[in-house]
Amino acid sequence: MREGAATKYTTKFFMYAFLIVVSFISVFPLYWAFISAFNNTQQILGGRMLPSVYLLENLKNLFAQQNVLLAMKNSFATSLLQVFLSLAISSIAGYGFEIYHDKYKDGLMGILMLAMMVPFVAVLVPLFQMMSKAKLLNTWVGFFIPSMATPFLIMYFRNSARTFPRDTIEAARIDGLNEFQIFIKMFIPMMQPTYASAATITFMNAWNSYLWPKVIMQTADSTTMPMLVSNLMAGYVIDYGVVMAGVTLCSLPTVIIFFCLQKSFTNAVAGAVK
Amino acid sequence: MTNATPAPKKHRFWTMERKQSAAGWAFLAPASILIFIFSFYPMIQALLISFKKGLPTNLVYSDPLWRNYQFMLKDKVFIQSVGNTFTYLIIQVPIMLVLAIIFASLLNNHDLKFRGLFRTCIFLPCATGLVAYSMIFRTLFTYDGMVNALLLNLGIISERINWLNDPNTAKAVIIIGLIWRWTGYNMVFFLSGMQSIEYSIYEAARIDGANQFQQLIKITIPLLKPIILVTGIMSTNGTLQLFDESVNLTRGGPSNTTITMSHYIYNKMFVGNPNFGYAAAMSFVILIMVAFLSAIETKVGDKR
Repeated sequence: MREGAATKYTTKFFMYAFLIVVSFISVFPLYWAFISAFNNTQQILGGRMLPSVYLLENLKNLFAQQNVLLAMKNSFATSLLQVFLSLAISSIAGYGFEIYHDKYKDGLMGILMLAMMVPFVAVLVPLFQMMSKAKLLNTWVGFFIPSMATPFLIMYFRNSARTFPRDTIEAARIDGLNEFQIFIKMFIPMMQPTYASAATITFMNAWNSYLWPKVIMQTADSTTMPMLVSNLMAGYVIDYGVVMAGVTLCSLPTVIIFFCLQKSFTNAVAGAVK
Repeated sequence: MTNATPAPKKHRFWTMERKQSAAGWAFLAPASILIFIFSFYPMIQALLISFKKGLPTNLVYSDPLWRNYQFMLKDKVFIQSVGNTFTYLIIQVPIMLVLAIIFASLLNNHDLKFRGLFRTCIFLPCATGLVAYSMIFRTLFTYDGMVNALLLNLGIISERINWLNDPNTAKAVIIIGLIWRWTGYNMVFFLSGMQSIEYSIYEAARIDGANQFQQLIKITIPLLKPIILVTGIMSTNGTLQLFDESVNLTRGGPSNTTITMSHYIYNKMFVGNPNFGYAAAMSFVILIMVAFLSAIETKVGDKR
């Protein structure tokens, strides 16, 4: 018996040790980038693990080299617009597909789901041509219009509409609300957690998107944060303090959202398979 | 809407049911139209453009039509990019999914202390943008960077490794980066799947003397099969479109030995002489690969 207990404790010890090592590896690169924003190039390359005093200098150099405020404005504007518009359009569609479903709507839904399998890069050339023809290059609209309706969000809201009680709809109809009012006044307030989840994941995706903005946001005035960060390593002499300051600024909004809305974010990620 | 048979009594056409169905159509129409315009229509366009040649402003059908596809077979960089992308796929996706399942099953233990903390830590890389983490890894693995300093100090290596300037180590760095960024993401799927498995099954198995590993193989994996399939397809899909890491972490180098298909397509669109026809042809090949691999994975997943 004693031996059994001993093995149990060894297993336990190794399990915790393993999880601690894994957690450390997961957190370390971000922690290191963050404290490196406070350090200069020598300290960063040397592997200093604590913040030093160069944060203001790094930020000053970063703002001198790049138009950070403009890139922040572009990133926030495009991401927030994409969140509001795609949630509005996709949630009402998901609601429509579920609440009023018949075989034609189900069939259409099946077709739309196929779009999930279309890799974005496969439509890159025609999309660029469309945007160019529509004079939408270097505009916020051009940034978010292709991802305003996504099969993923429609599916996500369709699944959550399944839990929306039919009695509520009937009662609302008897009270004289029309179909659109039911959606606005009953569905949206009741589904706030779903909206929060969808908003977090959409914001993260929009904020971090890189290929599409790199394709259509070609002028310095339309640069977004990931593109700005990418430009920081373009020269021959790299100031790693500046790079890490940029990386930190670019990651801050998503990391803050991650910590404040972790539950919503987790639900959105896991929601894809439900 | 469906046919033109005139309703004899007009006021009875809009019954309650028809009204509601029409409202449904109105609700789903904007999103559906957008998906047709921005996914399906461009897909067909991409196929047409892939048969064309010439400058972006003056695309004409090539002769023979499949000229771009023929050229691909002789294009060493394209073949390299396919090889690279599949190297990432074949090495990274299985390692990542196995790790994700192991982490998830460890964290699914209700007696474990600090479960929430461990989960948050392992999930944290998902909060990092792809460009941001590429920059972090490029800095960590640079020649005079921290990883080399650490390995030297620990006595694991005797001289600095030029990680990003050697084809094999550069690929390894991309794979390490991908595993770091995406394992927690996949773990969340598995954790959420495990929550729908009755926890008493595990407790019963433990009473019967099954250890963690046996529980994983005998209970968790069979029950999670559908989720493993979905994550497998998503990861395959994502890896075949890899772009940010190739551009920012290794810049496709040294000399195109780490370049991905998407990166090469971008280069053909905007770097040097733009060749939209050729770029579209290559992107169509990715589309077919994604469809093909998803179909295979679904088939294999069904059988087991």
